[in-house]
Amino acid sequence: MSSRDSILNKIKNNQPSSVNELPDLSVLGLEKFDVIETYKTVLKGIGGFCEEVSSLDEVKAYIAAHYPTDKRMITTISELADIAETEWTNDDPHSLQNVELAVIKAHLGVAENSGLWVTDAILGQRVSPFITQYLAIIVNKNDIVPTMQQAYERISNLDYGFGTFIAGPSKTADIEQSLVLGAHGARGLTVFLMG
Amino acid sequence: MKENTIDHSTAAATFNKDVERVNWHDETLWFVRSKRDKSAHAIPEWETLRETASNIKFNVLSNMHHYLQEFEAKAKENGIIVHWAADGEEHNKIVHSIIAKHGVTQMVKSKSMLTEECHLNEYLADNGIEVIDSDLGEFIVQLRKEPPSHIVLPAIHLKKEDVSNTFNEHLGTEKGNNDPQYLTEAARKELRDTFLTRKVALTGVNFAVAETGEFVVCTNEGNADMGAHLADVHIACMGFEKLVPQRKHLGVFLRLLARSATGQPITTFSSHFKKPREGQEMHIVIVDNGRSTQLGREEFRNSLKCIRCGACMNTCPVYRRSGGHSYHNAVAGPIGSILAPNLNMKKNADLPFASTLCGSCTNVCPVKIDIHDQLYKWRQVLVKEGYTPTSKTVAMKGMSAVLANPTVFKIAGKAGRFVVKNMPFIVNNSMNVWYKQREMPAAPEESFREWYAKKQKESKDKK
Repeated sequence: MSSRDSILNKIKNNQPSSVNELPDLSVLGLEKFDVIETYKTVLKGIGGFCEEVSSLDEVKAYIAAHYPTDKRMITTISELADIAETEWTNDDPHSLQNVELAVIKAHLGVAENSGLWVTDAILGQRVSPFITQYLAIIVNKNDIVPTMQQAYERISNLDYGFGTFIAGPSKTADIEQSLVLGAHGARGLTVFLMG
Repeated sequence: MKENTIDHSTAAATFNKDVERVNWHDETLWFVRSKRDKSAHAIPEWETLRETASNIKFNVLSNMHHYLQEFEAKAKENGIIVHWAADGEEHNKIVHSIIAKHGVTQMVKSKSMLTEECHLNEYLADNGIEVIDSDLGEFIVQLRKEPPSHIVLPAIHLKKEDVSNTFNEHLGTEKGNNDPQYLTEAARKELRDTFLTRKVALTGVNFAVAETGEFVVCTNEGNADMGAHLADVHIACMGFEKLVPQRKHLGVFLRLLARSATGQPITTFSSHFKKPREGQEMHIVIVDNGRSTQLGREEFRNSLKCIRCGACMNTCPVYRRSGGHSYHNAVAGPIGSILAPNLNMKKNADLPFASTLCGSCTNVCPVKIDIHDQLYKWRQVLVKEGYTPTSKTVAMKGMSAVLANPTVFKIAGKAGRFVVKNMPFIVNNSMNVWYKQREMPAAPEESFREWYAKKQKESKDKK
């Protein structure tokens, strides 16, 4: 018998004889709070920056003022093509190692933990938000949901190859519990709240 | 695997020789526990979340046979290659065969307690494969040739001076520079080169979804993603209990995991891998290694609900004052002590006794495992199966003989009081562990029964 079959057989014999019912999830995520204010507070608490903007021109102005524009910048947003490269999505992912700033969009954000949901469809390359030194993500204010409960209701059964929630910059506290931003991924995260 | 393991209490005694360091270790973990409390208390529906998570896991355990097949079918549909390993050895062989097939001798790995459990690194090293652990804490302990001492905080037993010395030796950082920022930056530079040059990356799995065939890997550092998205081959290893039924159930667990572990609202990255990227090869190794046996032990089945947050360790007064290494098992602390005897009763018979049964672990567990009850139940199993030391069995038998017979009890009490009063050296010596770091109270002149009998007589005489 293959390991697969013997493992499955053993599980079948050893699992409880009747199936426990799945709990009702609709009792969760009912807390009421100011979604945008919570989002901003939580993001600040985990080391991210928040900028409220009303247009992509404001995003461009902020980037020009806060990031070294002589270094390599990439984006998946065609309207930002004058400040960042857009023709990199089919390159070898290793070639992104010298990227200083990546600017991407998020499908949605989650107020309770400031996570932003991004998938293949808007990442350009899976490695882009990790390999860049700094990361900026644009999200519509209307797309901020209160908790993970609503986030998964929105994601539902949509297909993707890869998706991730990004909450703040990459970090570690592995040396004596001292928080250090910029472990292996982006050293800093700016979230542009659009609307 | 090392035989002749040092038992928990002996290892703990060694750990306790450095009083200052033990106090620091204790306080550091309590600090993490406090952050967990603050974070949990900020969620009004926290207890409902725990209850829901527990019930989802009960459903999974009761329907595992179905969910595993559903997961396998979906993952295959998504283009992932699925392997099954009955034990650690088969798991190691599968991983090695994938690496060998691609003709490489190096691999980068993110945190996976399962691979620690299976001793994958040693196996691969013996077969000429160099593995680099990319989680900072694991990278540090790997350089020091030590196992992780905590499932979430692998280097929690080390001080920054220790890390500085290790990095000075291996990475050439400045001697005496103990700045965590500086040291982390040095590791970042070193490991960036590793990520960029490895063809094969291995990650653990936090959750796997039966409904969709995807799996979720959570990190703060981004190391799992850096490895997986740059490598030609991604191998993900999971114990079969990592399954959840549907994608929407991830919301419940992701709300609980990081808050319970470190007090963060969520890990920085919660990455959902569903299909390999174009041109990439993706493997999943589903591992049993004793889990199906534990599933059949009705009293201990519950331990398979664990999501490896480490909250039970951070809160445990014994773990905090004995250190992760004293548990001689990949998973330390209270949860490790109920998982380990299932794998090897003889080797791990000491672990269920490494507890005060205070119950704090059970109170913080995000999936409501009755950890301290299981510790107590394991003790009974281990005694019945004859795995406890003879000295303990003899002492317990003696004790029960004394307590069961009033006459013997009376004589023993008298003798005890006499000895403590007149010949304390007989009991107060290095042979008796009860006198270690303790002062015994003075023995009373008479026992309660003697006093009671006397009083009864006095009041009768008055009448």
